[in-house]
Amino acid sequence: MGIVTPGFGLIFWTTLTFFILLYLLAKFAWKPILKAVQDREEAINSALKSAEDAKAEMASLQSNNEQLLKQAREEREAMLKEARAMRDKTIADAKGAASEEAAKVLEAARTQIHNEKMAAMTEVKNQVAQLAIDMSERILRAELKDAEAQKAMVDRALQDVKMN
Amino acid sequence: MTNSRTHLTGLFLAISSTLFASNAEAKAHETLIHEEEKEAAFNPAEVIMHHIADSHGWHLFDWNEQPVSIPLPVILYTEEGLVVFSSSEFHHDAEGHHVVEAGGQRFVNIHEKIYYASEEANEHGAYASMDHETHAVSNATPWDISITKNVAALLFSALVILLLFLPAARGYKKNPGVAPSGVAGFVEPLVVFVRDDIAKNNIGPHYKRFVPMLLTMFFFIWINNMLGLVPFFPGGANVTGNIAVTMVLAFITFVVTNVNGNKHYWGHIFWMPGLPVAVKPLLAIVEFIGIFTKPFSLMIRLFANITAGHIIVLSLVSLVFIFETVWVSPASVLLTLFISVLELLVAALQAYIFTLLTALYIGAAMHEEHH
Amino acid sequence: MTGSIAALGAGLAVIGVGIGIGLIGGRAMEAIARQPEATGKIQTNMIIAAALIEGAGLFGIVVALLGN
Repeated sequence: MGIVTPGFGLIFWTTLTFFILLYLLAKFAWKPILKAVQDREEAINSALKSAEDAKAEMASLQSNNEQLLKQAREEREAMLKEARAMRDKTIADAKGAASEEAAKVLEAARTQIHNEKMAAMTEVKNQVAQLAIDMSERILRAELKDAEAQKAMVDRALQDVKMN
Repeated sequence: MTNSRTHLTGLFLAISSTLFASNAEAKAHETLIHEEEKEAAFNPAEVIMHHIADSHGWHLFDWNEQPVSIPLPVILYTEEGLVVFSSSEFHHDAEGHHVVEAGGQRFVNIHEKIYYASEEANEHGAYASMDHETHAVSNATPWDISITKNVAALLFSALVILLLFLPAARGYKKNPGVAPSGVAGFVEPLVVFVRDDIAKNNIGPHYKRFVPMLLTMFFFIWINNMLGLVPFFPGGANVTGNIAVTMVLAFITFVVTNVNGNKHYWGHIFWMPGLPVAVKPLLAIVEFIGIFTKPFSLMIRLFANITAGHIIVLSLVSLVFIFETVWVSPASVLLTLFISVLELLVAALQAYIFTLLTALYIGAAMHEEHH
Repeated sequence: MTGSIAALGAGLAVIGVGIGIGLIGGRAMEAIARQPEATGKIQTNMIIAAALIEGAGLFGIVVALLGN
């Protein structure tokens, strides 16, 4: 029975000691220790969080960059394409204009040549006609110096008309 | 030969259960009566029980067959006020032979319990009236709030705890935000363990307010358990193996649990929902008894575990004296070492279990309904 | 020899508790072997269950002590 019967003195002292201990420790030990631990945990958590944030930001920046790069590349591509198109168009235009011009020039040249030719032909015709007239005048003068010859001539001509 | 065999039987009894205590007491009584006959014989039961029990004065060792002990103050609250005297005035007497007169009153120490002394000595020379059959003392007792061995050990362990934690806490104040070093490095994981694994996991969202209590409880029990394992002077007392100490601790758990019990807790005790009405009162009785058995088991568990540990260690140490040969000592030392290491584990485990169950009971009392 | 009957009672109580705690320990080991990642939780619950059973055994011992 002895050891399972609690003694009054020890109950008294244990209660007293325990509560004094609880008070002192709660105030001077647990509070600062728990606070320090909690502060540290919070600091670590916030550090982790900010690291995570920074990482996310980095990632977003990177993706932004990529986006930008892609955009730039696309723009460049578009510009190049445009330039190429422009060049092609310019060349085509130039080619068109040149050939047109050439055609025109050719046409003009041809027309001129034609005109010149026509003029030359006319000139030649005129000259030939003149020449023919001159010749015929001369011949006629020579031929028709005597009346007989004139009469023979008219006869011949009349004969020709009869034949027709 | 027969003598040593009976001792051996007694020893095995001691190892097998704490029940030995009662045997030992009976034997202690025998020694009181037949002291002259058994004077020379070594009685391990008596030695062990003397160690397990509380005493006025802290016995260190025997020198030239004379006990050497540290006298401690005896503080008595008597009918005529407080009486204080040194325990050395009993001259190591715990049989009621020596009467101390103090404050105009006479006291005797019978088995470390202080009684008002009788006028005349009885037939055993004790100044007390005892029952012939049971040897129960019928003298009146004053309120005894002496600084006994256990109280002194208790105060010492409180000092150790303060010296351990206050400097550690000061370190945090001095260098805030720095990783813990020194004592704090040792203390912090334990504090965090109690906070997270014991309090937070078992109490629930409102755990914060109980953390200081649980921390104090844990370290109080643990340090006292550990000091009890120290075999020489400032340690070696059986503080947490004393039922008065465990009773106070369990009572604190009891009060905290029931004060914080919410309406679901009381509802589950007195009118368990979801049961036929006929069963409800029956269960209410069982649950009501359960309120008391929970802290009661806490009290008994700690007491029995620590006391059993002390008994086993002392029994093994006593082997040499029981067999009366030095050749047993290697076995004795090895076994003692083994059990001591085991007891180190038990010391921490019992502190953990006590605190864990306290947290669990508080958590159950504060549990919100989730149906 | 008044103590012997009480000792018997205490011994009987301890047998029950021993079997109970043994079962808990064994089952906990099996559980840990099956699910090593749940070791912490299993251990905590094992200790709690063992402590509760031990409580019942201690009652037996105390009753034996008191009845002595």
